Order: sequence, then C-alpha cells, then structure tokens
Amino acid sequence: MQTSSAQAAVGTGSAGKRRKPLPMVIKLAYRNLFHDRLSLAVTLTGILFSVVLVAVQFGIYLGSERRIAAMFDHAQADLWIVPLGTKSFDDPSFLTGRERHAALSSAGVAEVQELIVGFVNWRKPKGGSTAALLVGSETASGNLPWDVVNGTVAALASPSGVAIDDTYFTELGVNKLGDKAEVNNLEVTVAAVTHNIRSFTTLPYVFTTLGTGRNLLDAASEQTSYLLVKLAPGADREETRKALAARLPDTEILPHDVFRQRSLDYWLFETGAGSALIAGAILGIIVGVVIVAQTLYASTKDHINEFATMRALGASAGYIHKVILIQAVLSAVLGYILGMCLAMLVIWASKDSTLLIVMTPRLALFLLALTVGMCVLAAICAIFKVTRIDPAVVFSR
Amino acid sequence: MTDELPPILEAKDITKTLGSGAAEVKALKGVNFDLVPGELTLLMGPSGSGKTTLLSILGCILSPTSGSLRIAGLSTAGLDAEGMANLRRQHVGFVFQAYNLVPTLTALENVMLALDLRGAARGDAPDLAAEALAAVKLSHRESASPSKLSGGEKQRVAIARALAGSPSVILADEPTAALDAENGMAVMELLAEVAKDTKRGVLAVTHDHRTLEYADRIIRIEDGRIVGRARRKDDAALTAEGAH
Repeated sequence: MQTSSAQAAVGTGSAGKRRKPLPMVIKLAYRNLFHDRLSLAVTLTGILFSVVLVAVQFGIYLGSERRIAAMFDHAQADLWIVPLGTKSFDDPSFLTGRERHAALSSAGVAEVQELIVGFVNWRKPKGGSTAALLVGSETASGNLPWDVVNGTVAALASPSGVAIDDTYFTELGVNKLGDKAEVNNLEVTVAAVTHNIRSFTTLPYVFTTLGTGRNLLDAASEQTSYLLVKLAPGADREETRKALAARLPDTEILPHDVFRQRSLDYWLFETGAGSALIAGAILGIIVGVVIVAQTLYASTKDHINEFATMRALGASAGYIHKVILIQAVLSAVLGYILGMCLAMLVIWASKDSTLLIVMTPRLALFLLALTVGMCVLAAICAIFKVTRIDPAVVFSR
Repeated sequence: MTDELPPILEAKDITKTLGSGAAEVKALKGVNFDLVPGELTLLMGPSGSGKTTLLSILGCILSPTSGSLRIAGLSTAGLDAEGMANLRRQHVGFVFQAYNLVPTLTALENVMLALDLRGAARGDAPDLAAEALAAVKLSHRESASPSKLSGGEKQRVAIARALAGSPSVILADEPTAALDAENGMAVMELLAEVAKDTKRGVLAVTHDHRTLEYADRIIRIEDGRIVGRARRKDDAALTAEGAH
C-alpha cells in the first residue's frame, strides 16, 4: 500500500471548505439518543405522560384558582369589609347592618357597595331541590354578574328576577329565560343567563339584585354579607383600612388582594384540594424523573465503551457530561412537545365539561423549564456512572 | 536513522504496583524508556509482562507508582485526572486493538471527534478530518459507519483519528491483532509511514512477529522489566531480539 501521504502533517486544512457541522457534543448526544429507538420511545413515553400529568394537574389548579377568584376579579373594590372570621367569599355570614354608614363617613372612602351572599335551597319546577349560593349585588352600578349570554343584567331588577349559568341548567331544572323556580320557598324567574360562571365548590351561583337577595335570604333591609369599599382619589389604602378597623371592631377590613388570597388559600390548601393537585403534579414529576433517569442510565451504560474511549482520547469529564446533559435536554424537548400536544388535546376535550383546565403561556413555559430540569436531574445518575469510567478499560477489550 | 533527535517521550524508573495486600502485583519494576521521533518502536513481550500497563502509563491513562514521565517536554508529575486527560488530548494519539470507533458516527465524524477534543475550530474539522482519512487512503469511505467498514478499514480510520491534530506521540495497542495477515501488514506499513514524521514518535505493542520488518526499534519487556533493545540499523540484532 502506498502511504506516503500519511507522514505529511495532518492539520493544514488546505482542502476546500465544507459546511460547518453541528457541534460534536450535540451530534454525539443526538446519535446516542436515536441509536436505540426502543429506548428512546420508552424515554419519550415517560416524559410525555409526566408532562401530561403535570400539565393537567397544574391546569386544574389554575382553573380552580380562576373559579375561586372569579368574584374578586369582577367585583372591583379596594377594601372589603367582612364579618369577623370569614374564611372565603363562599363562607358568608351577615354584617350587623350599621357598617355601611360608618364606612361612608370615614376619611378616604369614596364609595361603598353592598353585597349579600348566602346559601339557599333551589326548588326545581319539576320537583326536587338543590343547594345554591345566592349573590345579591347592586346590579345597576356593580359588575356582577358578567358574561351574560341571554337576557340582560338590567332585567334582574324585575320582581324576583335571577341570573343563572347555562352550565347549571340540568342541576337547576330550568333551561331558558322566563323559567320559574323557588328559592327558599319564594318564586324566582330566570331573567338572565350567564355562561361558564361556575363555583369551585360546584354549588350553582344564583345572581340577583341586592333587594331581591335580601328578600330571598330573609335579611333585614340594611344587612349585607360584604361591603366593597372604593377609595377616594389619593387616599392611602392602609391608612383607610386602619381607620375603618378602628371604627368597626366586629369586622375585618381586608385589602382586595388579601381577601382574594385568603379565599384561595382556604379552598386550595385548608381543604386539601390544591394540595392534592400539587401532590399529583409532584408525583408526575417523580415518575418522569425515574423513567428518564432509568433510560438515560441504561443508554449511558450501552455507550460506556465509547465514553471510555473518548476519555482515553483526552475528553474532559465536562465534555462527556455535556453529551449526557444534551441527551437529557433533547429528550426533554421532544417529550415536552409530544406531551404538550397531548395535554392540549385533553384540555380541548374537556372544554365542555365541568372540569376547568387552564393552559397559559406562562404555565407552558414553566412546564418546559420543569421538563428540562427534570431530565437534567435524571441525568445525574448517568453522569455519576461516566464519572467513574476508567479509561484504561479501552486496553482490556 | 534519527539518533541525534531528542526523545519525544521519556520514562525514567517507572514502577507500577497494582492491587493491594495479598493481591498486590508489581506490574512494572523500574522501566526506563525513550520514544524517539521519526521512528516506529515495537514493544514486545509475553502476556502479563507489563506491556499494557506500560502503554497505559506512557499514554497518561495510568499514573506510575514511582518514576517520572515527560511527553513533548511536559512532566506528568502532580497532574490530576483532568491534567492527564489534557496532556493526552494535546500530545497523544491512540490506536486500539478493537479499533474503538464510535459506532453512531461515520468514519469522517470519528476523526472529527478527535479534532473536536483537541480543540480544532468547528469550521475546520471536516476538512482536517478528510485530510486525515485521505492520508490513510480512505477518502471514499468518509460517510461509512463503522459497522459498514472492514477490520482493516476500521483500523485505518482509527489511525486517521490518532493522526488528527498531529499529536507528538502515537501509541498503538496490538494494532494488528484483530486483523488478517494482509490487513495487518497494511496497517503496520501505514504506521511505519506515519512514524517517518520527525515530529512524531510511534510506539506499537505487539505479539505479532510478522510486524518486525516495519520496526525501527524493538523493546522487549518481561516480568515488568525491559530485557532487550534493538535498532533497525543492526538488522541481525533486531531479528535476534525479535525472535527471542
């Protein structure tokens, strides 16, 4: 064999330029990943189900948050005057009735709106009854209810007019404007229909005017559950809150965001509902980490001789770690894309159900970061494995 | 041929103890060894004589228990695992008995991998790797994966990989052991050609006496000690040592 060219220095790079290749660490990671298709399928399946599980759990959590906070997000106020010990919006009792005037006469207060909330018995026209949460508000000036799809808010001013949500038609035994039912043994007429105002507790909301609400709840003419305080321009919220608290010792004066958060904390954490969702999400993450760790470790073991050869050729430990980490990140991105497709399908399929699953761009980004983090965490076992490689094994094979 | 050239690799009083307690083995017992550039040196000896241990130490894969090693003027004393890896990366090219090509990469990419490890610019790597493959007459097999290459071709890719980046020292571990006679000799011919570069020294561990004709120098090792040295200029001695 003529090999005179072999002794020439290799490294001048005099030949014509080729296309700039992918970085070798990425190429190695990609090839290692796709070398064993079955192992890749197992990895991606693990990540996919983990992503779907976590996405759905967090989606339900966000949906729950939205439902719990819906009243706060529509009933705008700077401060809420609530009965002492109120745990959440859906845990109503009555104020004494003298608070409104005291509040209106306090410095910094521009406006006070009344809201009466209470549990009622809804008797269906064809028999049977169910519990509901009645919300009576100053419908002429307030923002409740919202998303009216049939009838008008103004129509609630008609005698015993109520608004109900179309998603509760079956439970309430009515299905159109003008249908009649009984609330606490008093007749009501469906005057407006909203869409998708559902409570976290699943109890139907029944909206009406303040006057009708008091009537249906058998409350005195000045009694309310909550007072919504709007501050005068330039008024300091904390100063006003302290002044109101001093004047109304049997109540709590809560900033809007504090009462909102209290309601969220109560339903999501004190009842354990949110904790269960978070626990489900954590379980999803653990399952994902274990599956990815197992398959990545197996893949690393399969390629251990190549890593040992690379180490013998002078690869730094960091170079080999990079290959494994890129493998993990590639797996994460692929699994995330597949998982999100399936998660969006689940969300789409559940859009007409009672389960609210929410996907937001922020949650999608969080899930991507979580998936990448999960896979990188899973790579640690594999990295430990290659860290212990003895490059001398290349001579014993 | 190159008596006047200073050694590219110098090992002095190298000892290596493997295992401990009752299982302790003195694999090397004071080895002195110089690798001269521009020459192909063969390291021969029976199984268990310490050839592979010596090769591992000369290649900075194992640290000696005592003694000193200098490669391209750089001492290995006090280097940790990463320091040793750095020295290997910069100055040592390996050719393994089992080729040790990365099966998921093509022939060209296997050579590019070595270049990448040695810090070649990413844009230059394909051309440099192609040159290395051309030097071993494998330009036509650049895109072939190792599974599609014959044993001889694999070993030539491995030699191209070792050559890439022009390391000062090339260490070959039984480079012909897995090859038939024709391919084995072709590989030795190639290594001998590679060794003609006066900036580079080539050491090959071998059992195969048919490779003697390619050697510029032969070192015999037995029981952890160098027991014989011969130069090509003294063909009779070389043959005598080789046949020993």
